[in-house]
Amino acid sequence: MEHLASAPPAWVGLAYLAAGVLFIMALRGLSSPATSRAGNRYGIIGMTIAMVTTLLTHGAASLPEIAGAIAIGGGAGFVTARRIKMTDMPQLVAAFHSLVGMAAVLVGIAAYLNPIAFGIAGADGVIEVQSRIEMGLGIAIGAITFSGSVIAFLKLNGNMSGSPIMLPGRHVINLGTLVGILGLTAYFTVDQSPWVITVITALSFLIGFLLIIPIGGADMPVVVSMLNSYSGWAAAAMGFTLHNTAMIITGALVGSSGAILSYIMCKAMNRSFISVIAGGFGAAPEASSGGAAKVQRPWKRGAAEDAAYLMKEAETVIIIPGYGMAVAQAQHVLREMGDLLKKAGVNVKYAIHPVAGRMPGHMNVLLAEANVPYDEVFELEDINGEFAQADVAFIIGANDVVNPAAKTDKSSPIYGMPVFDVDKAKTVMFIKRSMGGVGYAGVDNDVFYMDQTMMLLADAKKMVEDINKALAH
Amino acid sequence: MDFVSILSVFVMACFVGYYVVWSVTPALHTPLMAVTNAISSVIVVGALVAGAAEGSVVSKWLGLGAVVLASVNIFGGFAVTERMLAMYKKKEKK
Repeated sequence: MEHLASAPPAWVGLAYLAAGVLFIMALRGLSSPATSRAGNRYGIIGMTIAMVTTLLTHGAASLPEIAGAIAIGGGAGFVTARRIKMTDMPQLVAAFHSLVGMAAVLVGIAAYLNPIAFGIAGADGVIEVQSRIEMGLGIAIGAITFSGSVIAFLKLNGNMSGSPIMLPGRHVINLGTLVGILGLTAYFTVDQSPWVITVITALSFLIGFLLIIPIGGADMPVVVSMLNSYSGWAAAAMGFTLHNTAMIITGALVGSSGAILSYIMCKAMNRSFISVIAGGFGAAPEASSGGAAKVQRPWKRGAAEDAAYLMKEAETVIIIPGYGMAVAQAQHVLREMGDLLKKAGVNVKYAIHPVAGRMPGHMNVLLAEANVPYDEVFELEDINGEFAQADVAFIIGANDVVNPAAKTDKSSPIYGMPVFDVDKAKTVMFIKRSMGGVGYAGVDNDVFYMDQTMMLLADAKKMVEDINKALAH
Repeated sequence: MDFVSILSVFVMACFVGYYVVWSVTPALHTPLMAVTNAISSVIVVGALVAGAAEGSVVSKWLGLGAVVLASVNIFGGFAVTERMLAMYKKKEKK
């Protein structure tokens, strides 16, 4: 950087590189629960190195203010992290994403106002062309991340209806806004007046908002993953502006991570990324026509005692929890049921669908919180072959993920979605509040009417408690 | 550093990210998101530069504001990840 009076010493670059490598190791640790906690420590060390290096090299004159800022933010973050309920994790993550986005916007504007301090302008204050592009893009991605995450937070937290809000002509508006942002970023390279960067920022806040409001609650796992990805790209863009390897490496890691998670979620719902972005899924109960036209089919109702007896006699029981279980707060009694069955010599396994929770891996966390050992919990593709040998498939709070229509009925809205082959189990137990309600996708489920299915109609927690009482006898 | 070296680091890191993230077990996808949240707050480096710099009062305060936001994420992100990971236990050996 020839325009800088004194280039930073070599150790500074090496320190940032070390921080970047430690962040890679933090993610690498998550390949197994056994190494994950060490990974988190690497992440903390990496962050400490990055922060200390910056403070040492950039005049410690403002140290008291900076220490105050870190204490305020850090304290708030730490307390929130301690208190948050595991069911509320998606909201927390969305809120955190919005903060990364806003921080990127603030840093971008600060760099614009004081470019000499960031080493991206000559003594005359004219910002380098390349830095202007990076700055414009960084602010734009940060602002989109912020406003998009705020909407995602409000939807997940229930402050805003989960149903999609469809503006007329929204595709035209969105496209126009996007073209406006890119055009102005290009124009920014020849004119660094404040109005250009102000309009870029305002339009980006607007498009983040517009992009997320038409997306329905069922697609939120994809949205949260996508915003995760954006927050990474925002950090990377700022890293380009600041020529900082730690930020660039991290941004690339987080950007890829979010993109991969979005892909996994889309695949698990058999939805294309484009159709999620286009929005509107779950707008009106369109499939209700199918439900009403269907003839009443016979089904069998079971009692807690019957369920307890059958499971006690079983060799293998596979439990399929869905988000309804978490809503009913039944995870702890469910784990007790598992314990009682194991005591009776039954082989108990949990089967988790990728979209079982409200965000990727959410159900695994909820079960871990209820002290279910992670080696009893299996992913869809690992356990699906075992239903044919299972005596009981126990479905609690799930519906669409066990619907065979996804395999057979081409007209079904969930056709093509990977589902559990519960119909192959000897007995299927299905806990459900009533026969009326249907899953997210609003479709009827043939599993209700199979010969081997026993419907356990009650609140999930109450039903499992009753089963536990019967098992304890 | 010139633009090409920076771009090289970025492209390589994207590939590293791709392979590392695919090796993350699906059971830990929620902690993955929480920890990526925490590390993407490395943007605090930019915030600290702005917060420490002389020359523009507005820029300094924007920087300090960004330090507050990023700190929420750093401390909150690592703490909540730690809390979640502590819950993952293996079957007790009999």
